[in-house]
Amino acid sequence: MSKEVAKEKSMIIQKEMIANLSLELSNVKKTGKKVVYTFVPGNISELIRAFDMLPVYPEINALQSAMRKKSEKFIRDAEKMGHSEDVCTYVKCDVGMMINGNVGSSGDVVPPPDLLLLSYTGCFTFMKWFETLKRSYPDVPVAMLHTPYQAGAEITPEMTEYMVKQLKDEVIPKMEKVSGNKYDEKKLKEILKNTSKTEELIMKIFDTTQNVPSPIDAYFAGVYYIGPINNGFRGTQEAVDYYEMLYKEILERVEKGLGPITPEGVMEEEKFRLVLEGPPNWTHFREFWKLFYDLGAVIVASSYTKVGGVYDNGFRVDPEKPLESLANYCMNCYTNLNLPQRVELLSNCITKYKADGFMVNSIKSCNSFSAGQLMIMRQLEEKLEIPVGFIESDLVDPRYFSYSNIKNRLESFFQMLEQRKLYSD
Amino acid sequence: MEALKDILAKCEEISFDLDFTRAREWKSQDEKRVIVGSMPIYFPREIIHAANGMTVGILGGGDRKMIIKGDAYYQSYICHIPRSIMELALDGHFDDFDGFIFPSICDVIRNLSGTFQILGKGKFVKYLDFPQNFVPSIGGEFYEQELQHVLNEVYKINQVEVTPEKLNKSIKLFNKNRELLRQIYDIRQEFPWRLTAADVYHIVRAGYMIPVEEHNEILENVVHHILQDINDPLDNIRVVVMGAFCEQPPIGLIKTIELAGCYIVEDDFLLGARWIQQDIKEIKSGSTLLSTLSYAFLNNSTFSSSLYDAEDPKERRLLELIKSRKVDGIIFAAPSFCDPALLDHPILQKACEDNNVRYISFLFSENTGQFKVIKEQIGTFSDSIKLWE
Repeated sequence: MSKEVAKEKSMIIQKEMIANLSLELSNVKKTGKKVVYTFVPGNISELIRAFDMLPVYPEINALQSAMRKKSEKFIRDAEKMGHSEDVCTYVKCDVGMMINGNVGSSGDVVPPPDLLLLSYTGCFTFMKWFETLKRSYPDVPVAMLHTPYQAGAEITPEMTEYMVKQLKDEVIPKMEKVSGNKYDEKKLKEILKNTSKTEELIMKIFDTTQNVPSPIDAYFAGVYYIGPINNGFRGTQEAVDYYEMLYKEILERVEKGLGPITPEGVMEEEKFRLVLEGPPNWTHFREFWKLFYDLGAVIVASSYTKVGGVYDNGFRVDPEKPLESLANYCMNCYTNLNLPQRVELLSNCITKYKADGFMVNSIKSCNSFSAGQLMIMRQLEEKLEIPVGFIESDLVDPRYFSYSNIKNRLESFFQMLEQRKLYSD
Repeated sequence: MEALKDILAKCEEISFDLDFTRAREWKSQDEKRVIVGSMPIYFPREIIHAANGMTVGILGGGDRKMIIKGDAYYQSYICHIPRSIMELALDGHFDDFDGFIFPSICDVIRNLSGTFQILGKGKFVKYLDFPQNFVPSIGGEFYEQELQHVLNEVYKINQVEVTPEKLNKSIKLFNKNRELLRQIYDIRQEFPWRLTAADVYHIVRAGYMIPVEEHNEILENVVHHILQDINDPLDNIRVVVMGAFCEQPPIGLIKTIELAGCYIVEDDFLLGARWIQQDIKEIKSGSTLLSTLSYAFLNNSTFSSSLYDAEDPKERRLLELIKSRKVDGIIFAAPSFCDPALLDHPILQKACEDNNVRYISFLFSENTGQFKVIKEQIGTFSDSIKLWE
């Protein structure tokens, strides 16, 4: 692990983009820009940017803390304050980070919010999280944007109307007040044109895993690919440029018949193709990834990369209907889909991307994903007669990452896949 | 009039009848009758009643149902109630149910609704998305649409159209039900020894298993009995128990709390029965069918961990409750892995500390069977208040 980590060019550019955003955030006192805390699912950063404000994502702060090995202390500090061991570790990590000075990944203090945009999409805990934050920032207004769940496996006109009304009557007036700027629909439409291009590119990028070997890992590298669109760059020209470059880079790999780039270089042999359900573990991200690539496993599709938006079924924002588009985008995030929809989506991924197996990484503290995963597994196993595997870890709590346990399970699973391949050959 | 002990025995039996005998019997008397199962916390049962139906509580198997199959659907770090509901569903306990309502409580219950959809249980499965926006023209309208969706599903089954007259009749019956429950809680606040907390629990829970008309009769009788000077007071402190609004505490736990020296004079078990805090108004001509139910939800709901607290923080409402119920302390008893309850604890406990309100907290599961440690903890809590406050 001491070798220099292999990185794609796009990864370096992405790092720069995020560093620049951090820099911009650290300068808000000078620039006077207002800061909006919000969440990745239902991440309407286009609207935030239309008001010239800057977004901050507490879940991203939490995962970055985990990658920097700081989350355990933060979580323990939050637990000392009375937060239960049983609940979401993103929340506890965020609370812990706040009480330890709110220092972000760049080493700078994350500025406090001027507005808490509670995009309540696909995760109940988001609501509780911002209720907690509201107590820490009592003077900061909260704009609640309730995203109806796709319980009936569809977005009805009434659901869209409900969200648009909230945007018009609750979110936009609060943004106008905080930013001091009037809502400019023309500006939002222009921003959304970039979003539409980006969404199209993202889908093309993730579709390249139809190639054998797959040129990318759609989970471990995929989380980097979705970084810009999930971390404040929706609707920006930088995002369009980034995704165009990334797509080009991947197509070059396809042409050369290359596999994905891992931290230890290009993966030489693709043995197993998997679809993976559930978020990754962030505290041991590299070790976790290594467990897969060492055994020749590549992830050809993952549900986690759809958490900030699902584009598989053709959804793209329509710049001519800006608020309706934002509403429908929010409702179309992965964890806002009902269980039968999730089964169908994953099933299509398994077929489309020619997966050999389906794997669940069940996260202890993320019920939005975890509750129902065993049912999803059963369904896919029955429907597609595909081998399914199951491992457990946590988002940002290192106490729940058991390397040997995961390794044992993966090895057994891959042995099973190997036997199956031999048998079918 | 029936003797109190007989009423209590009947309620105890009805409340844990996992075969839903009375509801099935009721349904069998008329082919247009429907049974709709609903999970906690709240569901406006009036609408099902007006559609010639009965809402039955899906409250889990508690400690009365051995979990074998249910565990295969949920990881160890997910609360207990979905397992026992799955066990009941897979064992056919809900086979006579026509539909299922899963109110928006948390992610686990939301995804449980999807599991029911996949299993094809009932003729409809509805995840009832409660609005988290409380403006009548926004959240109120959305809420009415959600309820109308339920009515449409019931109509598909029995072709019974809900008219304002029918709904007003149902509203009246449930208003009466809530009023009688309020009276029981109010009497117990003054004279908690007249009825144990476990008895109150059985009485309220029975209301989720039988027609409201029958439950109202039971409640009227109970009120009559407990207005009399019965039983002797004990030197117990008075407490509020908070956190068990979805997964229900085992009866053993409720009894343990009282045996350890606490009168439970307020709780959030089966909170949905008392969710609406004032009478729901009758529908006036010119208004939409569901307008008064919507108004009541937006304006007269109690507070809960599953509802965004907007401009009226829940800690303020908890402190107000403590004051009005004149309690000595709070017991935060939440089910293990219950995100909504546990994420609220730091907020509520800080309010208690800032206002010098004594509290303790512990976790339970609906099938917890060992109470010794909890009894010692509560006993110490109660003694410390009695001795030092």
